[in-house]
Amino acid sequence: MKTANQWNIVCTVDDLVPESGIAVWTPDGPVAIFYIPYRLPALFAISHTDPFSGTNVLARGITGDLKGEPVVASPLYKQHFSLVTGQCLENEDVKVKTYRVLLDGNAVRLEIRTASFEAVAA
Amino acid sequence: MSNKTLIVIGNGMVGHHFLEQFVASPAAAGFDIIVFGEEKQLAYDRVHLSEYFSGSTHADLAMATADWYSDNRIDLHLNELVTAVDRENRTVTTHKGTYRYDELVLATGSYPFVPPIEGRENPNCFVYRTLDDLDAIRACSDGASTGVVVGGGLLGLEAANALKSLGLDAHVVEFAPRLMPVQLDGDGGALLRRKIEELGVQVHSEKATTAIVDGEESRLRMNFGDDTHLETDLIVFSAGIRPQDTLARSCELETGERGGIIVNNQCTTSDPHIHAIGECALWNQQIFGLVAPGYTMARTLSAILNGDSDAAFTGADMSTKLKLLGVDVGSIGDAHARTPGARNIRFSDENAGHYRRMVISADGKKLLGAILVGDNSHYDTLLQYALNGIDLPDNPESLILPESQGGAPALGPDALPDTAQICSCHNVSKGDICGAIDAGCCDLGAVKGETRASTGCGGCTALLKTVVDSELEKRGVEVSRDLCEHFAYSRQDLFNIVKVNGIRTFRTLIQQHGRGHGCDICKPAVASILATCWNEHILTTDHVPLQDTNDTFMANMQKNGTYSIVPRVPGGEITPDKLIVLGEVAREYNLYTKITGGQRVDLFGATLSELPEIWEKLIAAGFETGHAYGKSLRTVKSCVGNSWCRYGVQDSVGMAIFLEHRYKGLRSPHKLKMAVSGCTRECAEAQSKDIGVIATENGWNLYVCGNGGMRPRHADLFATDLSDEGLISTIDRVLMFYVRTADRLQRTSVWMENMEGGLAYLKKVVLEDSLGIGEELEQHMADIVSTYQCEWKTAVEDPEKRKRFREFVNAPEKKDPVQQWTTERDQRRPLLESV
Ligand code: SRM
Ligand SMILES: Cc1cc2nc3c(=O)[nH]c(=O)nc-3n(C[C@H](O)[C@H](O)[C@H](O)COP(=O)(O)OP(=O)(O)OC[C@H]3O[C@@H](n4cnc5c(N)ncnc54)[C@H](O)[C@@H]3O)c2cc1C
Ligand code: SF4
Ligand code: FES
Repeated sequence: MKTANQWNIVCTVDDLVPESGIAVWTPDGPVAIFYIPYRLPALFAISHTDPFSGTNVLARGITGDLKGEPVVASPLYKQHFSLVTGQCLENEDVKVKTYRVLLDGNAVRLEIRTASFEAVAA
Repeated sequence: MSNKTLIVIGNGMVGHHFLEQFVASPAAAGFDIIVFGEEKQLAYDRVHLSEYFSGSTHADLAMATADWYSDNRIDLHLNELVTAVDRENRTVTTHKGTYRYDELVLATGSYPFVPPIEGRENPNCFVYRTLDDLDAIRACSDGASTGVVVGGGLLGLEAANALKSLGLDAHVVEFAPRLMPVQLDGDGGALLRRKIEELGVQVHSEKATTAIVDGEESRLRMNFGDDTHLETDLIVFSAGIRPQDTLARSCELETGERGGIIVNNQCTTSDPHIHAIGECALWNQQIFGLVAPGYTMARTLSAILNGDSDAAFTGADMSTKLKLLGVDVGSIGDAHARTPGARNIRFSDENAGHYRRMVISADGKKLLGAILVGDNSHYDTLLQYALNGIDLPDNPESLILPESQGGAPALGPDALPDTAQICSCHNVSKGDICGAIDAGCCDLGAVKGETRASTGCGGCTALLKTVVDSELEKRGVEVSRDLCEHFAYSRQDLFNIVKVNGIRTFRTLIQQHGRGHGCDICKPAVASILATCWNEHILTTDHVPLQDTNDTFMANMQKNGTYSIVPRVPGGEITPDKLIVLGEVAREYNLYTKITGGQRVDLFGATLSELPEIWEKLIAAGFETGHAYGKSLRTVKSCVGNSWCRYGVQDSVGMAIFLEHRYKGLRSPHKLKMAVSGCTRECAEAQSKDIGVIATENGWNLYVCGNGGMRPRHADLFATDLSDEGLISTIDRVLMFYVRTADRLQRTSVWMENMEGGLAYLKKVVLEDSLGIGEELEQHMADIVSTYQCEWKTAVEDPEKRKRFREFVNAPEKKDPVQQWTTERDQRRPLLESV
């Protein structure tokens, strides 16, 4: 068993799409990573699962900001989720998981709180 | 110093309105106020009297409460008839006592006229004026089966409706040859009669009742001058009103020959301490039998008693709008064209049951009067033209023609001058409304509370709302057209900014003309604008984050996160080979297959990563994208046309295919649908489309701005017998004008309805080139047509773009675990239910 908190490489900079999201598969489930070039830090990671439909689609939503808060809009039913806290703006009882993510050279590293993660990305 | 005393005789609508005005004025402090009412109930809304039969109580109709009177220190004496006025000693006398006054106000209203017919005292005969009258009628209707109203005027018809609502078989007996002779002309009256008879009320015109005697089958029998008769159980007289001037006569105030207390512009009678307002007052030889003029008199008198020497009553508009037995009737101004030189424009549709007449001035510039029967939707606009002397448009007939025949839409609130009277009951002008808004009223309710507009007869409600909305909008309140928090512009503004400044990216636009970073509202809207202006591929790096998921992946996302694929099938024509390819691809990827409502095939259930592979196969077989995901042209539906059909007069399939190829890929504010039918049988349902084309012997008829969907709208006929070229250039112009000027997510139907000037204006712009932009619009369309590319073809050929279609970028083989399936009717469908 490895240590509980691991910063694993999930993809590279080339996989990212400016101002949009991509999805990666992790042992903690699917995670959406957003690259917002005009923000510092520029990377955000939240669960890819849309809590309202149960589908894995959040990375495919439109990003933006509402009253300064960086958000993504679910592509299915259009609720907004904070990229920082995962909070749903339309329903205070709903929140999606957030992850810490950082850029290490060309590699995108995601912090996964689990023991048995094996990086799949090259 | 002790107060002076003001006595008001009559506690009806106008008397009460006067009190409301007066107690709120400075002069009130100097007066003790005493009010006498003959009726036992406190002033109530007589205009809505009939609602008493449909459940309203006196409390519902009451204009105030007893508390309001005591709170305002008004000494109210109900059920106390004033029997005499002593002008010398300035006293009034009732059966209970004598009271001194300094100023006296007569607001005694009027009483129903009962013609001197033998037998009219029969206990089964009534009038229709007070709550007590209605109680008596109701009591008498018990055990009765038939009721007759004598008088086919406005009130008579209302009474007939009341009898009907009591379950009686209702008849109207009218002395004149037609109904509502005061407000309507022969044609209008005839149509009203037909409609009312259809509703089960029998009308007997040109009948003079000579006697009321005991009936044989019913309680009563009415004998008529022409030796006919009618049996009935009860009779309601509604043969006009007479001013209640008994007191005035007995104390020798000046009265009119045919009744009414003569007043001057200050509402003062021949005795300077006695005033008269409402239906009892005769001003300039006129009695006003409506509530609004009475209210104006009340306001005037209150101002006079406050020392305002400028205040004057100068007459009132007698236009009326009513629903009689559910039939709309409207009469405005000089409805009978009595003005010398007046001309008439009439529109009559016996089929639909609509009659409209405009009376216009000799020079054709002003509206003098109007009559409407069957449909009052034109009333507000006509009334504003008449009251405010607004110049008529070049084609005044458009004001009363149905929209499909070039009728003009309602007069926009902006066209009204500040002096335009919006609510005649409370004399509220457009200027008053603006003032209230400027003083802080920021919604309809607040404006109503402040100005009292639309709290009288309610006839002005719709007009008030448009004015308030438009004024609030002008001040940027609530009804803001801002796209979102990032752009303080409408879509149309942004379109112009992009076009004029040659802006090619969202980033530049928001940096220069917006704030923040954008959102799911403005990004797709701007993407659509950029696409219309520059027609670049939607998946270029700059544009890709702007798109809704459906555009990003050029497919429609389904409830389980998979996508549907809709290849274009222009005009719905497809070869067997191509059909087979669709079948093969669908089988290979296990896609649910369905024929859509748009004459093509939808393949459902592809995963993100399958999309490019599937499209590669479809493109190889000659398919291209169907834009089922885009705010752009969907399909051009066709019927089989003259190539096969025995009725077809043109090649509708050929034209549909041509149109589909021409306009495919055009990005627009909302989706666009078209159809082409080969003859008037209209098998392609072209009249429900944004652009509809129907073949004629000589070419094509073009219909525009139809809509199916949530709020269906029939398309309007726009041009007839067009050649192929004429058709194309006209559609080019309509579409480009739409694309440039519509709001975000506004279909052509709503766009046209909201356009100032409506269909007529659009015709001018497109057919007459009134803005001189016709060429430019056509050129812009030509540019877009020439830069068309199949987005899917470009995408599958570009490895960078294909990268976007990985479900999990780090695990290409991973299947999304939430996508579970079941089988239904031999095909796959998602198992997942929305949570
Ligand atoms: C597939 C289809 C139903 C079918 O199985 O037949 C369909 C399916 C959808 N329609 Fe439709 N509409 C389809 C024909 C229609 C029609 C009939 C027609 O076009 O002749 C109408 C009414 C005509 C009209 O639009 O005027 C229609 C009126 C709508 C509306 C309401 C539009 C309106 O103005 O009120 C929406 C909602 C919207 O666009 O905002 C809508 C939206 C949708 C969406 C896109 C909803 C969504 O966002 O998921 C559906 C997804 C399609 C998909 O995944 O591929 N669909 N939809 C039809 C596709 C036609 C095609 O080949 O492109
Ligand atoms: C069924 C019906 C429908 C109507 N519909 C409309 C409509 O749609 N639009 C419209 O504008 N108008 C309508 N009207 C007309 C409207 O109701 C009158 O214009 C309005 O009520 C006139 O107000 P007023 O105060 O002058 O008279 P009233 O409301 O009649 O009040 C006069 C009061 O004075 C009392 N009175 C009289 N003499 C004495 C006395 N000597 N001592 C004490 N009290 C006395 C009377 O009993 C009465 O209560 C309708 C009327 C009726 C009956
Ligand atoms: S619209 Fe006319 S031409 Fe077309 S299929 Fe119907 S009947 Fe035939
Ligand atoms: S016109 Fe009667 S309420 Fe406004």
